[in-house]
Amino acid sequence: MSDLQNAGQTIAQPPAGNPATAAAPASTSSRKGRIPLPQSTLLRHLLAVVLCAVAAVVLLESTDPFRNSQLATLTYYAIAAGGLTVLTGLNGQISLGHGALMAVGAYTTGLFLSADEPLPLPVVFLAAIVVTALVGAVVGAAASRLHGPYLAGATLALAVGLPGLALKFKGTLGGEQGLRVRAPRAPEWFGDAIKTLTGNPATATKWLAYVGAIALLVTYFLLANLIRSRIGRTWRAVRDNDVAAELAGIRLGSWRVLAFVVSAACAGLGGAVLAIVVRLAAPSAFTLVLSLALLTAIVLGGLGSLLGALIGSALLVFLPQVTTDLGSAAGLDGTEAAQLAPFVYGVVLVAAMIFAPAGIVGTIRLRWLAQRAKRAVARETGR
Amino acid sequence: MQQFIDTTLSGLAQGMVFAAFALALVLIWRSTRIVNFAQGSMAMATTFVALALIQAGWNYWAALAAALVSGFVLGAVVERVVIRRVEGGPELNAVIVTLGLFVAIQAAVAIIAGSSFQSFPAPFGLRGFTIGGNTIALTPNRVYVIAAVLLTMALLVALFRFTRVGLAMRAAAFGQEVARLLGVRVGRMLTLGWALAAVVGSLAGLLIAGGSFVYPAYMDSLIVFGFVAAVLGGLDSPIGAVVGGLLLGLALSYVSAYFGGSSVVNLAALVILVVVLLVRPGGLFASTVARRA
Amino acid sequence: MVRSSRRLVRVPIAVLAAATVASGLAACGGSDDSGGGSGGGSDAGAANEASDVGVTEDTVTVGAHFPLTGVAAPGYSEIPTGTQAYFDYVNAAGGVNGRTIEYEYLDDAYNPTNTSQVTNQLVLDDEIFAMLGGLGTPTHSAVIDFLNDEGVPDLFVSSGSLLWDDAEEHPTTFGWQPDYEIEGKIIGQYIKENFPDAKVGLFLQDDDFGENGEKGIREYVDDQVVSAQRYTPGNTDVGPQIAALKAAGADFVAGFNVPSYTALSQLTALQLGYDPQWFYSNVGSDPALVGSLLNNFSKGKVTDAALLDGALTTEYLPSVDQPDNPWTQLFQKVWDASGQEGQLTNYRIYGMAEAYTFVQALQAAGQNPTREGIVDAVEQAGADFEGPALAPFRYSADKHAGVGGMLVSQITGTSSEEKTPVLTTDNGDAEITEYDGEPSTPPSSGIPDVEPVE
Repeated sequence: MSDLQNAGQTIAQPPAGNPATAAAPASTSSRKGRIPLPQSTLLRHLLAVVLCAVAAVVLLESTDPFRNSQLATLTYYAIAAGGLTVLTGLNGQISLGHGALMAVGAYTTGLFLSADEPLPLPVVFLAAIVVTALVGAVVGAAASRLHGPYLAGATLALAVGLPGLALKFKGTLGGEQGLRVRAPRAPEWFGDAIKTLTGNPATATKWLAYVGAIALLVTYFLLANLIRSRIGRTWRAVRDNDVAAELAGIRLGSWRVLAFVVSAACAGLGGAVLAIVVRLAAPSAFTLVLSLALLTAIVLGGLGSLLGALIGSALLVFLPQVTTDLGSAAGLDGTEAAQLAPFVYGVVLVAAMIFAPAGIVGTIRLRWLAQRAKRAVARETGR
Repeated sequence: MQQFIDTTLSGLAQGMVFAAFALALVLIWRSTRIVNFAQGSMAMATTFVALALIQAGWNYWAALAAALVSGFVLGAVVERVVIRRVEGGPELNAVIVTLGLFVAIQAAVAIIAGSSFQSFPAPFGLRGFTIGGNTIALTPNRVYVIAAVLLTMALLVALFRFTRVGLAMRAAAFGQEVARLLGVRVGRMLTLGWALAAVVGSLAGLLIAGGSFVYPAYMDSLIVFGFVAAVLGGLDSPIGAVVGGLLLGLALSYVSAYFGGSSVVNLAALVILVVVLLVRPGGLFASTVARRA
Repeated sequence: MVRSSRRLVRVPIAVLAAATVASGLAACGGSDDSGGGSGGGSDAGAANEASDVGVTEDTVTVGAHFPLTGVAAPGYSEIPTGTQAYFDYVNAAGGVNGRTIEYEYLDDAYNPTNTSQVTNQLVLDDEIFAMLGGLGTPTHSAVIDFLNDEGVPDLFVSSGSLLWDDAEEHPTTFGWQPDYEIEGKIIGQYIKENFPDAKVGLFLQDDDFGENGEKGIREYVDDQVVSAQRYTPGNTDVGPQIAALKAAGADFVAGFNVPSYTALSQLTALQLGYDPQWFYSNVGSDPALVGSLLNNFSKGKVTDAALLDGALTTEYLPSVDQPDNPWTQLFQKVWDASGQEGQLTNYRIYGMAEAYTFVQALQAAGQNPTREGIVDAVEQAGADFEGPALAPFRYSADKHAGVGGMLVSQITGTSSEEKTPVLTTDNGDAEITEYDGEPSTPPSSGIPDVEPVE
């Protein structure tokens, strides 16, 4: 399954060129594709980011405020899922506790924004990232010795246990009813820019969606480069064959911790965006359900792929609403329609794993590669 | 002193329930190397079967038996229809499947039975025994719970140690190819493993429900603590599951009473688990061979 | 904000067009009165207009968020079914000013993140006129700023937190039920007067519910409290807490807890042979629910049927165990007429009573209600709304707190016996006084008739 995990490739460029190498695991396939793309990975990713940014603006400007708000929700799921897919897909460590790490980011953001003269938003976000990364380092150090279900159990306890801190330190963290987060208002230049650019008015919801989208793009750009770098290759080596990696002089423990730190940093940023979008950091927002939802998103989308994490997150955001609406349209009352949503969600999970075990992105890629291989074979034999 | 005794007994009873749940997880882990997150929902579903029968006038024991049988069937069906298709695939996929089942079954029961509280009768008294004029937190029903879990554990150990079926199940879990060569019908053994685990899980569900109340999400917290208990003990060891469950139950009860109160109970579970796993990454009762999942 | 003001400009034009068409039709075809009954007592001369977001000529749309799935669903998920039933009843009688009330409630699973999402959906997509009875403190906290920023009336939050009473910070938000602090005060005074020698133990939910209640109780009997035990919702093992209360020698336990924890505390006390005088706050008592939960155990080997017998509690609404109360009779009729599954419960009565207050507010807002108008109407007329609640609301221009009083009663079997008259008070050091008003009775139609405010 390692050939499904070239996230950078998936998001930035279809693996063009020689079919034989394209299908090979961890492909460093030749880049003399049909489409003239920049040689440098960095440039290619930059190009992709610019394209995605344009797409994001078009999307946000062409949809109504409700869709804007859903897209804002999508961004914080996708940021955290992106980090998790690096950890789980690339480095092979399972985490059922990323919801708790998001809580760390959210609470940090809430605390910094509650100051009388809050720091600028990017600084606050950075602080959330750093604090969460530190927590991630501690968790990662403990986790690096654990495997499989033991790691799952430890991170599960993390997901359930850590939000308990907010109850213990009620004075600063607000206890059960949570810490209200003062979402910063859109600066004036933002309203002006949107107005001159598109003629649309800039709502608070739209501002938050833009903040989320920027955070998402920056995160995915950095992750994509990281995945394609030496670090990403080392992570894959640790995942695929730890004994061989160790023999090659790779210190497994520290690489595992590093993966945890990177993925925790993403979770922290996701939590920070969540805090300003939801305007509240409360323990009941960071239950096990959140951690499991993130895991679900990356597996459904396609493990190890950033695009997959994005698609999986979109499913999380849109599926419940679509199901509830369908239920209501079919004449169910509010309660029945609400109960239908988790039922459909559960069934989709089971069905997806049975019929598309490689996730959405993985399955499509496999199909596409198979097709190409078939065509190539046909060409060869036809000659 | 009285408070200490009560806290201890309360923790023991709670721990026994964790233990029962952990046992079910261990059974499935041993047979299919899957952590079954749907365990709680499956147990909840069978508890609702029992409840429906009791409300229809059945006797508690008859309803219990019927629920355990339905648990057996449910476990077997789930393994055959769903789990079989993801066995041997990526480990995470199986996790996601059981998560999906967990959500779907819970929602299905909510749709069918509604999501209000319903009380579930206890077969024995709920009033504590009186010793020397003091009532202690040990009730006839708790004695029944403790006895039922210990008996189940003993039966399971006996099954794996002394019977041909148990041996075959262990062989199937240990190495499918080898077991097949030896004439073990591996598929059947895996199904049996799931079915038995579902029975034990159902029993756990019924034991907790007795003298308390049920609703579709009532097993949610138990999934976490049961899993933590199983990991504490070492996922391969039924005795470890029981010891892990008891330790966790006692520790959490003391924390709740003396160290920080109810709000830090979950935090304490995290700390205990991390400390134990740092010392023994494979759980308390791990065999000497390092396990790789 | 920009968007909604744009909408305000846009909407009237559409309305004007529609209104001219409508009046033209009326002129041609004579009396085409298909709009249904009048409901409110407004003058029939003026035409209905789509006067604000969520209001059309013949509908008003309101929304709400409730936990319909998950751990918090039991009980709470019944509230919106009661609200729905009452709106169905009003709609069947022609609605309010010829408008039917469309009620849309969505599931937030008691998770603030979800609350934020479904509230966005209700406000931005479904374009509700007002939020009605959104449930829960952490959940509703997540959307209170958003609702106020968007100018959405945030009426009658289903929680007794003090957060909803802040007319300056949150001008569109109104509480509804008595807040936990005044309830604590009334309980505290009752203990002081009737159990002056009791050693009081507190059994508290570990959030603002327990905190505010504790604050109120301690105002009166701080020196009598021997132990305060807190439980975390979700942790169902309250053995250590009850054992601690017993060890502290408390012979009077006041609980600020939810109904399931009433049952749990009773069962645990039974195990420990602990038998203090119990006092459960209104939220936790619900004798019909808890009693039936506990009584059902007698189907097993337990014969301690009436565990809750003799416990004290507070009341501010009629309940299902008062079948002779005219309000209960009305709600029973409404529930039976709605044809929904299940029986009338106190949760459903709660939902209906909220709906009743909303109908009053809508009537007070006049024939063509606006968002600002209904907020004004509640501030001006809300204190005079007569409804099922035993004491009046405290609404005014600078007070957005709900019902201002309750009475203490003792549970006997599945019914209850009043121990005090209705007592009213306010937050802080306001005194507790007896309410001297007459108990209200429902109008014969079962639908309120409030004059529009000017």
